[in-house]
Amino acid sequence: MHPLLKLVIQRLALGFLLLLVVSAVIFLGVEALPGDTAQAILGQSATPQALANLREQMGLNDPPLTRYFDWLGGVMTGDLGKSLTNGADIAQAIGQRLGNTLFLAACAAVISVPLALILGLIAARYAGKWPDKVISAITLTTISLPEFVAAYFVIYLLTQVIPLFQPVAMVFPGMSFGAKLHAVALPVIVLVMVVLAHMMRMTRAAILNVMQSAYIETAELKGVRPMQIIWRHAFPNAIAPIVSVVVLNLAYLVVGVVVVEVVFGYNALGQFLVDHVTKRDLPVVQAVGLVFAGVYIMLNILADVIAIFANPRLRHPK
Amino acid sequence: MKLTLSATIGICLTALFVLSAIFAPWIAPYPLDLAVGGVWEDPSSQYWLGTDTIGRDILSRLIYGGQITIFVALASSLLAFSLGAFFGFLAAVKGGWTDQILSRIVDMMMAIPSLIVALVILSVLPLNLTVLIFVMGILDSTRVFRLARAVAMDIAVMDYVEAAKLRGEGQGWVIFREILPNALSPLVAEFGLRFIFAVLFISTLSFLGLGIQPPLADWGGMVKENKDGLIYGKAAALMPAAAIAALAISVNLVADWVLGRTTSLKGGRGG
Repeated sequence: MHPLLKLVIQRLALGFLLLLVVSAVIFLGVEALPGDTAQAILGQSATPQALANLREQMGLNDPPLTRYFDWLGGVMTGDLGKSLTNGADIAQAIGQRLGNTLFLAACAAVISVPLALILGLIAARYAGKWPDKVISAITLTTISLPEFVAAYFVIYLLTQVIPLFQPVAMVFPGMSFGAKLHAVALPVIVLVMVVLAHMMRMTRAAILNVMQSAYIETAELKGVRPMQIIWRHAFPNAIAPIVSVVVLNLAYLVVGVVVVEVVFGYNALGQFLVDHVTKRDLPVVQAVGLVFAGVYIMLNILADVIAIFANPRLRHPK
Repeated sequence: MKLTLSATIGICLTALFVLSAIFAPWIAPYPLDLAVGGVWEDPSSQYWLGTDTIGRDILSRLIYGGQITIFVALASSLLAFSLGAFFGFLAAVKGGWTDQILSRIVDMMMAIPSLIVALVILSVLPLNLTVLIFVMGILDSTRVFRLARAVAMDIAVMDYVEAAKLRGEGQGWVIFREILPNALSPLVAEFGLRFIFAVLFISTLSFLGLGIQPPLADWGGMVKENKDGLIYGKAAALMPAAAIAALAISVNLVADWVLGRTTSLKGGRGG
């Protein structure tokens, strides 16, 4: 087998194993915590008989391992069970909302990645001079802000001071693509702010790191213009670390989305999760948690694989 | 050590926040939970930062809220620190199976975003200060573990550690008397970053309604209480938001300065 293919398959298998362990932690770990599902559904005033009946009906008397494998079998076949609070089918509810979450994250990614690369290049080109200092100061500020704080400053600025947008972002099936884009503009601006800083700082650092190589000095001495040096010589060699940081931040984006969705009342998976944590609806929380963990792990593996392709040195482990 | 301008600003602001948290009952002009004015009054000489969604003085609530925010963040980052540093040193000193098991557990914990894990756990456990501190502290200890293990790995091969082992000192002596003092400076810089992370974490949880519960107040919860005012042009929610940002930035400035003077090791913010 081609060695590269083997490495990629290894990573995928590792990721799958990790997801399995995570599913066990999400299910068994939570089971181990104090708390009674039957009590949670029926409330404090339930009679002991009613509790016993419900436990029997839900299979809560089976040993945890049996229930875990039942649950896992269900997850594999797309059956995530029913919500405790309204009895709705969880898989269906997640299906309706996952698309909206991914749409939001994708919009933010499409804007933030090129922007981060360009700003990173500029900061590296003018390292230590004023453009670099301005960019660094701004990114240091945005990196210190939690998503919801950044969100409310943006909301106040763009709906009150300069009224350009609506403070709520709703997306309905059947809305035109343009209307959807307009609806998510504010949350996307916030998400871009939050992930931009980290990506841009790493781009700058990676390029400055390469800039110390001997071949850069040679290029300088033969009179190549600075932007040309960065673009032709430094950037290709800095791609590996940059790509992995970009993908890691996309993974971070998937989580940042949870808070931003709550801020804007955006009807998607993150808000769904927070709602059901508040309602203590455990099956929903476990299922959505697993989906988020799955996407996060997948993106991390993608970062690994891209890094292996971009940097031949990683193909030969010591 | 020479102070830079940004470090001076950072230290002064951080000190201001900490002092006003400690002396909250003496400084705050009004009680925490008393409606003293109208709903969302604008800032005036009577209410310096205006009043909130049910007419409580925002400045007073900010001061008391800072107390809770700083206390919870400090407690959880101290916990993260003790756990992470202890197990990190242990993994580095013992090596072999101990190291393998601890490192794999940490890898696994870091494979899922902490916010998601916290939400799953908090859907089962009661929401009180102890639970919050423990959940946040344990989740965040993974980053300290990695740093502590990396630092201790470098120190564990030093001659003086070898000498201590040869003269027959126990595990505890090697960890606490040989490694700890030499690993302290990079860890102290890291502490600042962990503290910021904890502030952001507890604020986010409270904002989602899953952190500090009323009648206690913290900054994240205050943003949540007052967010609806923004639609009517009332800036009340921005005051606690600005407080979170100012605290995070000022501690960041101090940590950056300490970091710049000690080491290049850094844990990062992460999810």
